Amino acid sequence: MQLAEVRGTVVATVKYDGLEGVRFLIVQPLDRDGEPSGRMVVAADAVAAAGPGEIVYIVASREAALALPEPFVPVDHAVVGIVDEVHRP
Amino acid sequence: MIVGRVSGTVVSTFNHPIFDSRRLLMCDLLDADGEDTGKYLICVDSVDAGQGDTVLIVDEGNGARQVVGDPHAPIRAVIVGVVDEVSVDGRTRTYG
Repeated sequence: MQLAEVRGTVVATVKYDGLEGVRFLIVQPLDRDGEPSGRMVVAADAVAAAGPGEIVYIVASREAALALPEPFVPVDHAVVGIVDEVHRP
Repeated sequence: MIVGRVSGTVVSTFNHPIFDSRRLLMCDLLDADGEDTGKYLICVDSVDAGQGDTVLIVDEGNGARQVVGDPHAPIRAVIVGVVDEVSVDGRTRTYG
């Protein structure tokens, strides 16, 4: 999993069967210092509560789809948690 | 599998239920010489690893799901060991 910041949302009316009701977020992956790292990606919101400005953690690849109610869907990134705090002593 | 070093913890109260009561650790990824690569992963802990520990990480879904015991878990990175020693090309590093 990686840290990311939610930067926006994507609305698509026509979607692959199984993706109805799934929110899509534009997220910017972050490095370990919280700085942007790499390109923004569209991630399905598996916690159904993340919004712009929040720091989240995302899971990539096949495991992203497993976070959704219908696990056999074409999704490659998913937000699986909202970060309260990163503690790095 | 890859070798990393535990650099911190991630606290989250609102998350996918699979993460409830699981520890999430930030791990800096190391190269074969034990040097920091600048990359990191957030990993589910399965061995009670601690801050600063050098750890063995599986970053692959099937193995991760087996470790957490849930065939549908949306988890890919899991800490599966605490490293005592790494030996490469005759050079040995001990940890702990």
